[in-house]
Amino acid sequence: MVSLFDILGPTMVGPSSSHTAGACRLGLMARAILGDTPERATVRLHGSFAATGEGHGTHRAIVGGLVGLPPDDLRLRNAYEEAERAGLSWEFETVDLGPEAHPNTALLEVERGPERTLVRGASVGGGRVRVDEVDGFAVDLEGDYHTLVLLAHDEPGTIAAVTAILAGHGVNLATMRVDRTGRYKDALMTIEADEPVSDSAMAAVRSFPWLRWARRIDKIS
Amino acid sequence: MHRSIESLIRDAETTGRSLPQVVLDAETDETGTSAEQVRARIGRTLEVMRAAIAEGLKGEARSPSGLTGGRARLLHEGGAQILGPRVTLTLARAIATLEVNAAMGLIVAAPTAGAAGVLPAVLISVGEFMEADDERLTDAMLVAGGVGGVIAHRASLAGAEGGCQAETGTAAAMASGAVTWLSGGSHAQIQTAVALTLQGMLGLICDPIGGLVEIPCIYRNASAAMQAVAGAEMALAGLDFPV
Repeated sequence: MVSLFDILGPTMVGPSSSHTAGACRLGLMARAILGDTPERATVRLHGSFAATGEGHGTHRAIVGGLVGLPPDDLRLRNAYEEAERAGLSWEFETVDLGPEAHPNTALLEVERGPERTLVRGASVGGGRVRVDEVDGFAVDLEGDYHTLVLLAHDEPGTIAAVTAILAGHGVNLATMRVDRTGRYKDALMTIEADEPVSDSAMAAVRSFPWLRWARRIDKIS
Repeated sequence: MHRSIESLIRDAETTGRSLPQVVLDAETDETGTSAEQVRARIGRTLEVMRAAIAEGLKGEARSPSGLTGGRARLLHEGGAQILGPRVTLTLARAIATLEVNAAMGLIVAAPTAGAAGVLPAVLISVGEFMEADDERLTDAMLVAGGVGGVIAHRASLAGAEGGCQAETGTAAAMASGAVTWLSGGSHAQIQTAVALTLQGMLGLICDPIGGLVEIPCIYRNASAAMQAVAGAEMALAGLDFPV
């Protein structure tokens, strides 16, 4: 959903909305998906990101986003020092994801203690991003909403159970996508909401026996 | 946001609202924010745009690559003014914002950072020449946003995907629509100004040959600013697309 201020904005640190602001927001997304600032990050850049990456401040912007700097924060200029202060070690590689992948695609592998996640996303222009894979599962996240992504065993009542908890915690749903790999196999839910998913709501969601995996992703700036 | 210029205009004409009001109502409806909040935020956006121009014209910012910084000031202070001071000032302002952008300064990516110089240079300059107050500039920004939203929906804003035409082309079309509205242009003239401006920039590729969104980007922003003014000027005289 394109908003007026995606067009008349964002207010940001240059030089490029795709390669700096968008790159920064991909870092913010990976951090939000992991749930906190990572300790280690391996970032693989594809296509135009790889080709012009260093030249457009893309590396600095992604590293800045990984430690929580928003796209309009002048500290992005020295994001490397900020990241070292935050205890992040990182490395960049190039990768070829083939002609189908968006030219500004990145794979962000982030770790913090035992937690680890692999995020695939693209900077799609004007500072907007689209994360299309989390830990190998297809998603479609733009960071505009508080999001709950979860994997469950496909059986009756899972959707009702999750939405009941969210409703009980006053969470208003914006969009909901459900999918499954096969009957009684894996069922994936991606729920975008207006309010953040609270700790108590997450605890309730995690309590179901049929739940395999769940991630809460806060909105990013 | 609207998906075509026709639907923007149809909404305005069928409900008797102004074009800026149609864009404002679409935004408040979709996001739940109030009209006051949207207008205030546009006001802050205009302030960032003015600050970036002022910083760029001082000519002190230098880009990490060292390739750019100081050219906006050179043009502002030493321009030949072939077409008079207004054109020189508008060109200098477009370059100023892009030099601040290249130096990792704060700018407004309207619609993108690579094209951030066009709309401020054209709108703030024309606004000054017409002595338009901030309320009318905010309305003109709403028109610009509406035009940009249509292009974003139907095409792309990413240079890597749509070329420079998607960035400075869109920015020029936004600026052209905005100043045509500011000059009292009819809905048809605003539509034509957008089309005239875009057709003058189709085919422009994204070919960065030097620096961080610098060469040819700082100059493309200046040329695009002129394209926007040309589109508006021709449309306001009633020139149209007979095809």
